[in-house]
Amino acid sequence: MSNSKRETRTALLFVSPWIIGFLVFLAYPLSASIYYSFCNYSVLKAPVWVGMANYRNLVQDDVFRTTLVNTLIYALMSLPVGMAVAIGLAMMLNAKIKGQTIYRTIFYVPSLVPGVPLAVLWLWVFNGKQGIINAVLQPLLDHVASALSIVGFHGHLNAPQWLSDAAWAKPALVIMSAWGAGNAMLIYLAGLQDVPQPLYEAADLDGAGWWSKTWNVTLPMLSPVILFNGIMGIIGALQVFTIPYIMFPGGSPARSTYFYAMYLYDNAFVYLKMGYACAMGWIMFAITVILTVAAHKLSDRYVHYGGS
Amino acid sequence: MDIRKLTMPAMALVLFYCVYQSEKLTRVENPPGPIHITYWEKWTEFEGDAIRAVVDEYNRKQNKVHVDLLTVSDIEKKTLLAVSGGNPPDVAGLYGPNVAQYADDHAVMELDAYCKQYNITRDNYIPIYFDIGYYNGHVYSLPTTPASTALHYNKQLFREAGLDPEKPPVTIEEMDQLAEKVVTRKNGHIDKSGFMPAEPGWWNWGWGFVFGGRLWDPATGKITANCPENIRAYNWVRSYTDRYGASELSTFRSGFGNFSSPQNAFLSGKVAMEMQGVWMYNFIDQYAPGMEKPVLNWAAVPFPHPADRPDLAETTFADEDILVIPRGSRHPKEAFEFIAYVQSQEGMELLCMGQRKHSPLAKVSPDFIKKHPNPYITVFSELPKNKNVISPPKIGIWPEYQAEMNAAFEQVALGKKTAKEALDYVQNRVSLMNEDYQAQLKARKEAGQ
Repeated sequence: MSNSKRETRTALLFVSPWIIGFLVFLAYPLSASIYYSFCNYSVLKAPVWVGMANYRNLVQDDVFRTTLVNTLIYALMSLPVGMAVAIGLAMMLNAKIKGQTIYRTIFYVPSLVPGVPLAVLWLWVFNGKQGIINAVLQPLLDHVASALSIVGFHGHLNAPQWLSDAAWAKPALVIMSAWGAGNAMLIYLAGLQDVPQPLYEAADLDGAGWWSKTWNVTLPMLSPVILFNGIMGIIGALQVFTIPYIMFPGGSPARSTYFYAMYLYDNAFVYLKMGYACAMGWIMFAITVILTVAAHKLSDRYVHYGGS
Repeated sequence: MDIRKLTMPAMALVLFYCVYQSEKLTRVENPPGPIHITYWEKWTEFEGDAIRAVVDEYNRKQNKVHVDLLTVSDIEKKTLLAVSGGNPPDVAGLYGPNVAQYADDHAVMELDAYCKQYNITRDNYIPIYFDIGYYNGHVYSLPTTPASTALHYNKQLFREAGLDPEKPPVTIEEMDQLAEKVVTRKNGHIDKSGFMPAEPGWWNWGWGFVFGGRLWDPATGKITANCPENIRAYNWVRSYTDRYGASELSTFRSGFGNFSSPQNAFLSGKVAMEMQGVWMYNFIDQYAPGMEKPVLNWAAVPFPHPADRPDLAETTFADEDILVIPRGSRHPKEAFEFIAYVQSQEGMELLCMGQRKHSPLAKVSPDFIKKHPNPYITVFSELPKNKNVISPPKIGIWPEYQAEMNAAFEQVALGKKTAKEALDYVQNRVSLMNEDYQAQLKARKEAGQ
């Protein structure tokens, strides 16, 4: 046996746990789920081929549409908020000040808290009566109301019922999602440190201020990282599950927080419509691919790679 | 020969040897003594202790079967996956409303032959508690602990509102009036309330029953979500929204804590009247001892009925936890022997006393009632014996149907839809769903599955 062949064989042997794991736990279930999406399948019985029926039914399913719209709205709201918070934090933490590493740790730590305890914690934060947010907000609103009474406004300004008002439940989740910005923040921070110093020096010579430097140097140089985090953000937002599942059972109030992944889960494991759930999974995959490709296309115009 | 050539085979050998040894350690081959059966149950804390006592007693009494009790969360899903994986427990403690869905999917075994062998018949039980496990002409499950519901009310709040605490409402209309009198406000917002249809929220789908409605017709299999009684019930729900305002009610409700906490709306004296089950006493005992001592400040009475429907007096929701033998159980015979013990008066009273419920059996020892800590236990044990006892519909799509009814309730309670609009929608959607489901069942039957 030649040396290179032996090396190949040894290499394959060493990666074999991963290959086997990939085939058994990823490739097989993935391809099986394509097949199941064309079947009536309840997990317990052999799947029965039904052709496009699941996809046809999905098109006509109001709840499917509701969950899809809810999810897209959530993604549309949480993505910019998450990005702004992460970039803002990264830029502040990039400042050369005393205790920099401590601040970095402090702002990163929240993203280590697992979803379930986080959801339980925020249930209290958002509590309409005893919640800390409204405890701060309500007196503020009262002051605003009394100030407005000068211009003829007479009435109460009530702090939002975050958890029980259909209009405020999604914004509440968006606020929460910013809590987990730590990971993206870390990546932005790495990106910021890659921005070549000479560019700033050149900008200084041209008399650029902070805003002008941020807009013309930092953000363009950061754009590949923004693109990456944007795509990861889209994927994450479309899959939102754990926190609304705990905080808003059944997508209450009035299904305003019933998200795509929650409906998929209910179909698969509560209603035992695994075929239907698989079809939903593949539609979500298609949507994710489309959005990712769109993000890439868009990026051709706005993203600047350092090397090119 | 190059010794290095042997490295790989040697490593493989070592690996195989390790696997062999570890398997040898963990595998018990034909253990001497009793046959071990696995029993998955969902209960924890004092409820878990109660079933543990029953299992211990059973294991002590005989030496043929040994029950290994395992506490499992999300039990209905995990049992299902274990069945489909071909490695289920021998006995599983599921929920009553699971029966139809699991029987349709052949996830649980028919118990008719065993019941006959052990002489377990409907006559042994308060009928509804046997019927919950009876589906399409077969017994699929037998009860563990039952539940029934009644109006729970807070006598202290009655007194504060100048009402007679010994005169609970008999009709829905009376209840609405009393409820209005209990309401107090602070800074213009509701601070205490008499009654709220959305509290505790477990029967949002079921208010129609209280007005004589049904969710499906067992004879024809048709969905009846928008029958006039159900619409009347949701109109009644809506009347609370119209009286107090949707946002005012949600502001008030948002101050409540978890059910299982002292901030529970009923336990913290925020809501004076609630429909609750036999379990409520346990929470009063744990979180609101002040309602019990020094004077009994709460009571449980039959839930009110509409004034024009005296025939609906004493309507109660019956539900129960159940034991099933999942398909694929390795020792179904031994599994049933254990189930039969739980169905005996001795086993059942040990369990139900431990969980402080009533017994689903027709025969109850006088001591059981006498020693029972719940001061109103006879209310709960007598209510399910009357004709107005109801239980969730036995149809395979019930989980989806229930989700739709709950969504409709919320839309009505939030004032987004009228009762008729919301229920017409459910009727259409669930009817289609049901037709689809029945067609699938038929297709499968024809395919011989």
